[in-house]
Amino acid sequence: MNGWINYLFNAIALGMTFLYGSVGEILTEKAGHLNLGIPGIMCMGGAGGCIALQLMYRSGIPPMLIVIISILAAFLSGVLMGAIYSFLTVTLHANQNVTGLAMTTFGVGMMKFIISKIRPLQYMYALDYFRFPFSDRTDSLKYWGVMVYLAVVVAIVASLVLSRTRVGLHLRAVGENPATADAVGINVTAYKYGATCIGSGIAALGGLFYIMDYSGSPEAYLNIEPFGWLAIALVIFALWRPYLSFFGSMIFGALFVAGSFIPGLLGLTLPMSATPLLEMLPYVVTILVLIITSIRKKRENQPPASLGQSYFREER
Amino acid sequence: MQKHEKHTRDPRFHIVKRAGMSRGKALLIRFLAILAALLLCSVLSTLLIGANPLKFISTLFSGSLGSSRRIWKFAKDSAVLLCISLAVTPAFRMRFWNLGGEGQVLVGALASIACAYYLRDSIPNPLLLLIMLVAAVLAGAFWGLFPAICKAKWGTNESLFTLMMNYVATYLVAFALMEWTKADGSSTLGEVAFGHLPRLYNEYLLLILVVLALTVLVYIYLNYTKQGYEISVVGESEKTARYIGINVGRVITRTVLVSGAICGLAGFLIVAALDHSITTATVGGLGFTAIMVSWLAKFNPLIMVGTSALIIFLQQGGAEMSTIFNVSSAFPNIVVGIILFFIIGCEFFIHYQIKSRVSHKKGGVGK
Repeated sequence: MNGWINYLFNAIALGMTFLYGSVGEILTEKAGHLNLGIPGIMCMGGAGGCIALQLMYRSGIPPMLIVIISILAAFLSGVLMGAIYSFLTVTLHANQNVTGLAMTTFGVGMMKFIISKIRPLQYMYALDYFRFPFSDRTDSLKYWGVMVYLAVVVAIVASLVLSRTRVGLHLRAVGENPATADAVGINVTAYKYGATCIGSGIAALGGLFYIMDYSGSPEAYLNIEPFGWLAIALVIFALWRPYLSFFGSMIFGALFVAGSFIPGLLGLTLPMSATPLLEMLPYVVTILVLIITSIRKKRENQPPASLGQSYFREER
Repeated sequence: MQKHEKHTRDPRFHIVKRAGMSRGKALLIRFLAILAALLLCSVLSTLLIGANPLKFISTLFSGSLGSSRRIWKFAKDSAVLLCISLAVTPAFRMRFWNLGGEGQVLVGALASIACAYYLRDSIPNPLLLLIMLVAAVLAGAFWGLFPAICKAKWGTNESLFTLMMNYVATYLVAFALMEWTKADGSSTLGEVAFGHLPRLYNEYLLLILVVLALTVLVYIYLNYTKQGYEISVVGESEKTARYIGINVGRVITRTVLVSGAICGLAGFLIVAALDHSITTATVGGLGFTAIMVSWLAKFNPLIMVGTSALIIFLQQGGAEMSTIFNVSSAFPNIVVGIILFFIIGCEFFIHYQIKSRVSHKKGGVGK
């Protein structure tokens, strides 16, 4: 395979980690909640999926079911984390930033604890199942397993739901102005809970995808956290639209693996110490994007108006 | 809340804001929350690692307070966490969500160690220490400056900006390490023999005293100076601040500079008093923990002494557990996470009360 195409395929595959995270966060933010717990939630997704895989180790369950069940397990772990977050921020009106950070502390710790207890063999056996149908490729196409397509489907569905359905309209209303939404009879609490839990479930899939497909290494679980933070940043990049998030994810993926591809492709020999500087790239670009979007400040590119504020009915 | 109720029916309970709660009662609620969280943690540790609940509680205490060496380590770690918490506090008071404490401390540490690494013994040690201090403070402030200016000018999202700056700092340290260890390619820097702070009884005491003095200074700065007052006004309402003639942009920039500078100081202390070296994990997540310490203390520097001690107490106890039972060193984070959930949740009962419709007229409190 051509080197550049190989790079592109790798970038798109890694981008799916960001896509899951950012689509999940977009749904949450559309309900007016800034969830800084996404890194922890992604970690827990990985952990949940791996527990399921361990339980099915040598059980004789057909590979397709193994994949489906562990994806569901990851999703449910995310939903559970989302439920804790929503209970604290929606029902108990807690500060969203602090709750999110606590979720991340907890999630990252819990995930490391859980996966360190499972022997790698007991979940890595499923690597080929996840990389179906390209598990025997040696180039970047091998990462294009089932969860890559699932990510695209999820992003498209989320996009359609948000822009074309009544549920999406209600959700956006809740995020823009919960008091008004409440007044016209939308159940604000239900929407906030629903969007946050489903969003967290989707984000959680990113963690499982990274461990079981993209990385395929037993140490993968130690590297999930930064993807979560970048996924949150990607939401601003994508202007709160899942379909734009798709392109943003690919760009982030391309930047993230640039260090290991670009020098070789251009025939450059860089000193060892250039590696960290190349790895810095996605973060620097994110900063630039943050600044540029804030300078341009178009009206239609703004976050949901009530983002970060808790809604207390009696305070109207 | 009426989440399961139909709209046609009056909900049985509703929530109202409390006018105010006595300090004692609020403290009691928080104490109960911590107790409940500890209970859950001990049950969880039984399930996860098979330790009996009593063992969990006793290990928590012996982990931090079991020997004089542990007590010193406990005090030292609390002081470092307290220092970083103090650093992020001025910005938080202004509702500037500086999540970049981690990076600001790290560049402070990097600047310090770079001075020691390059200047070595070419100048007398006190002068070297002074240069290291100044470099660290400037580096920390500089790291906060970009996000602050962009926030003040264009309203750029500061939490994500500062978060990204953390990673930039991490890779900068990785870069410096690779450059410095080119000869052996190990990318780990051994102890730098220059620029050590003098020992006062032991290597910890000086650091602890400096941080305690800083606590008082930050308290005074926030509560009794004009700048501290301006910070509070901007935090309460930017519109009010503009109306009474405060230059909001300038206050934001200045405050974040102060925050960054104290972060840099923390980095200097870590390098000059403790580590004498640097890795990408030198700060090890304390920048994030500090945010929660500061918030738990309601941004009050004096209360932060207690909250930072509480978090370190849990972390060291948790770490002791993970050594005894040979489980992942991430175990303490689970404990801290659960305690935080409970404390965050219990704030609700301090600020709101649940009234039942039936007893509403009598003013009864149904809880």
